[in-house]
Amino acid sequence: MSPLRNVRSWLDDRFGWDDLVAPLRKKTVPLHRLSYWYFLGGITLFLFVIQVLTGILLLLYYRPGANEAFESVQYIMTQVRFGWLVRSIHSWSANLMIFTAFAHMFSVLFLKAYRKPRELTWISGVLLLFLVMGFGFSGYLLPWNTLAFFATKVGTEITGQVPIVGKPMMIFLRGGEDVTGATLTRFFGFHVAVLPGLATLLVLLHLLLVQRLGISIPPKLEVQWTANPSAKREMKFFPNFMLREMMAWYVALGVLGALAAVFPWNLGVKADPFVSAPAGIKPEWYFLFMFQTLKLIPPKVWFIDGDVLGVLAFGLVGLLWILLPFFESDQPSRTKRWITGLAVFALAYMAGMSVYGLLAK
Amino acid sequence: MATSDPGMTNPNDRLSAAVPRRRFVEVLLGGGFLATAAAFVYPVLRYLVPPKASDLGSDSVVAGRVGELKPNSGKIFRFGNRPGLLIRTATGEYRAMSATCTHLSCTVQYRDDLRQVWCACHNGKYDLNGRNISGPPPRPLEGFEVQVRGEEIFVRRRREA
Amino acid sequence: MAFLRNKLRPFSPARYVGLAGFVVLAACLGYGQTTNSCLDCHSALPDPLGVSQEKFSQDIHAQKGLTCASCHGGDPTSDDPDKAMSRKAGWKGKIDRKQIPQLCGTCHSDPAYIRQFNPSLRTDQLGQYRTSVHGKRLAAGDTKVAVCTDCHSVHDLRAPSDPRSTVNPVNVANTCARCHADASYMKGYSIPTDQFAKYSTSVHHQALAVRGDLSAPTCTTCHGNHGAAPPGVDKVQNVCSNCHAFQAQMYEKSSHKKAFEAASLPGCVVCHNNHAIIHPTDAKLGTGPDGVCMQCHTPGDACDQARAGLQSSLSRLDEAIKSADQVLRVAESSGMEVSEARLGQDQARDSLTKARVTIHSFRTDLVDQDIQAGLKIAANNLQAGKKAMVERNYRRVGLGMSLIAIGIVLAGLWLYVKKIES
Repeated sequence: MSPLRNVRSWLDDRFGWDDLVAPLRKKTVPLHRLSYWYFLGGITLFLFVIQVLTGILLLLYYRPGANEAFESVQYIMTQVRFGWLVRSIHSWSANLMIFTAFAHMFSVLFLKAYRKPRELTWISGVLLLFLVMGFGFSGYLLPWNTLAFFATKVGTEITGQVPIVGKPMMIFLRGGEDVTGATLTRFFGFHVAVLPGLATLLVLLHLLLVQRLGISIPPKLEVQWTANPSAKREMKFFPNFMLREMMAWYVALGVLGALAAVFPWNLGVKADPFVSAPAGIKPEWYFLFMFQTLKLIPPKVWFIDGDVLGVLAFGLVGLLWILLPFFESDQPSRTKRWITGLAVFALAYMAGMSVYGLLAK
Repeated sequence: MATSDPGMTNPNDRLSAAVPRRRFVEVLLGGGFLATAAAFVYPVLRYLVPPKASDLGSDSVVAGRVGELKPNSGKIFRFGNRPGLLIRTATGEYRAMSATCTHLSCTVQYRDDLRQVWCACHNGKYDLNGRNISGPPPRPLEGFEVQVRGEEIFVRRRREA
Repeated sequence: MAFLRNKLRPFSPARYVGLAGFVVLAACLGYGQTTNSCLDCHSALPDPLGVSQEKFSQDIHAQKGLTCASCHGGDPTSDDPDKAMSRKAGWKGKIDRKQIPQLCGTCHSDPAYIRQFNPSLRTDQLGQYRTSVHGKRLAAGDTKVAVCTDCHSVHDLRAPSDPRSTVNPVNVANTCARCHADASYMKGYSIPTDQFAKYSTSVHHQALAVRGDLSAPTCTTCHGNHGAAPPGVDKVQNVCSNCHAFQAQMYEKSSHKKAFEAASLPGCVVCHNNHAIIHPTDAKLGTGPDGVCMQCHTPGDACDQARAGLQSSLSRLDEAIKSADQVLRVAESSGMEVSEARLGQDQARDSLTKARVTIHSFRTDLVDQDIQAGLKIAANNLQAGKKAMVERNYRRVGLGMSLIAIGIVLAGLWLYVKKIES
């Protein structure tokens, strides 16, 4: 113990280490029957770290380019020892991360953790969710297989539907009129440089805000606890909550390992731009609810093109979603119920549409 | 709270059991951490070691070695997950093309007596540039680029202009 | 025409030669349209005599600048039917069926004439036709047989490469069937009328009509087109060998060739049928309803034993390939990369195909060579599949150990939390 203490005091002398970690020591986590939901943010962060680490490992062998990408991933899967494990974990962890990020968002919504003063935390969180989906979209193309190729084609096509800016945006994303090797190069750049940079900044901001504001208490409980301070129960963040969080991380690791070993992510068939799209092509599951919605909108609504309408509607919903906290009254007693209703509806809609999209031909 | 551990439920043992129990937890935790660390680090270290089978990349493979083919002969090599045909013409030139017949996907071969590429399935014939010249094949065979580097003959897909 | 004469008035000729040439050309091309009085009436007449401008403009001859008068004679510049269709003006009227081949031949047998339009077009059709059953019967006075226009159509005759042409490969069988599948029309000829129905069940029809493989054989591929006649009993294998070269090579050297020739049996057709050539299976070597050997051979003789040997060899390789396939499929579905072995499976299948071809030598030693090669490849692939399964198990064991370690950490953490909180 003593060498460790020496290092600490050395660090403390140089830049005030103890002051820096003091807030962590004082930090507490409110304890109630819904406290479990507080783990989700941490798990998402953990999976993000896994993504960064396995992503760096994949970069050792991956090569972008229409002629090489597929072969290099195949090489990782077959020739590199444990390459299959690294890639499978990267793919599975990506999907789990998107799932936990969504779950985290809905838990925040239902526990009403987005209210004043946490609007910025919410905004940074929703932006992070969008970034994570961007990670998913760009990363999906990188193995350059048929499914990825056509999913990207369809996905960028939808972007092109936006009036005025859509077409230039699509060309920007594709690096040309069509999905080609140029698109792959771009997506690779987004995936390993642009998005990680933005995401790291936003994660730091998000954590800083959580740190500054403390952990939110559900409004009902807050009222009770302010009325009767003796009923207030909480847990120290460090080490008690942190150790539990670590257990959650270990469970996540176990699940990831099991998924990777039992269901290794398959590689598919190399993309060939000249073959026709396979029938019933679908995007990844987290885009499915949007995809299915766009499919259900009739081609013409009144005088507006159905696709344009759908894309605009999703854009608008996304924007309103970011701004959601500002529709909430700051009087806890007058908490509007409609936001909860909206959250339930959104959850049901997304789940329902995803399942429908999954089952639909 | 330690009573939740099913092995140590007797409250009378609490004091006497405290020390070994702490040791036990520490050993368990330390051992677990070491074991998991090993389970994570080992694959990563193995991953970092470059595999022996060098990655030629992509669209280029070693189809054969210089001197392996006599003039006026051919051989099948693996190109991605399809067969390719490497030919050394009577004048000693190397040619390479896809070995999958464009008719019904049989594997074609070089016929030294005809000096043509021939498909045994339905008597389809191609010239040494892969052009279909007789029989059922509807299209030419895809031609590949051949490069001789040192002792090895590299074949790669033609880049689209 | 007054306009034309004006233009051609010979002043300053040299300067106007180019222009004049163009005008003459334009006038000639327009000639059929502007001054073809035939269509004025015939486009309005009912069917046997009716030819519309629309229909005739589809005809390759019209497109090359020929007119009604090119075949039928007469004077299309005259609006007076009596003058236009006068024998004096060379009018021939309806061409007698017996005269049709000769009429077409006036141009199509003249290399010098045809060369002006398409130098690579053959000019031997008429000569060939005279050797065909159709041509011989026509010469003998039978006008029911096919003449040029029956197959090629008339007045809207298209080039054979045009998919709408009656003689385009995909349409040939239907064109022949118009007569040959018509039992009442064919009455009096002692040939069957079920060829088309049989052909429709064949692997060749499947390839041509369903898969759109224009190289697949249709009626004319084996019978000839202008010289249409059955290929002859002892020459069948020569016809089949055009595509099935290997099989023919084997058969040529086999004992069956002599035996079939001695018994004047029609080669390939003996086992494979003529029009109803179904995709063959290994059951052809069997003793069941699809078996063909035992039609001639006696059970238990040396040939029967060889037959049984061949059949079991084929099924042994077939099964080896299937079992390797199955292992590879399981390995693949559990995420193992076995594309190399999958590629190897194609080679094993090639060996099986080769062995099936070698059957036509009817020699067990030759077939065995292919079988052994195939078995070796299949065994390697099976091995690769099993190796992949071992690797899969290795992964699972690794996973199990990691999960145990993770479980220990979880238990340790749990106990530790309980300890510090007690």
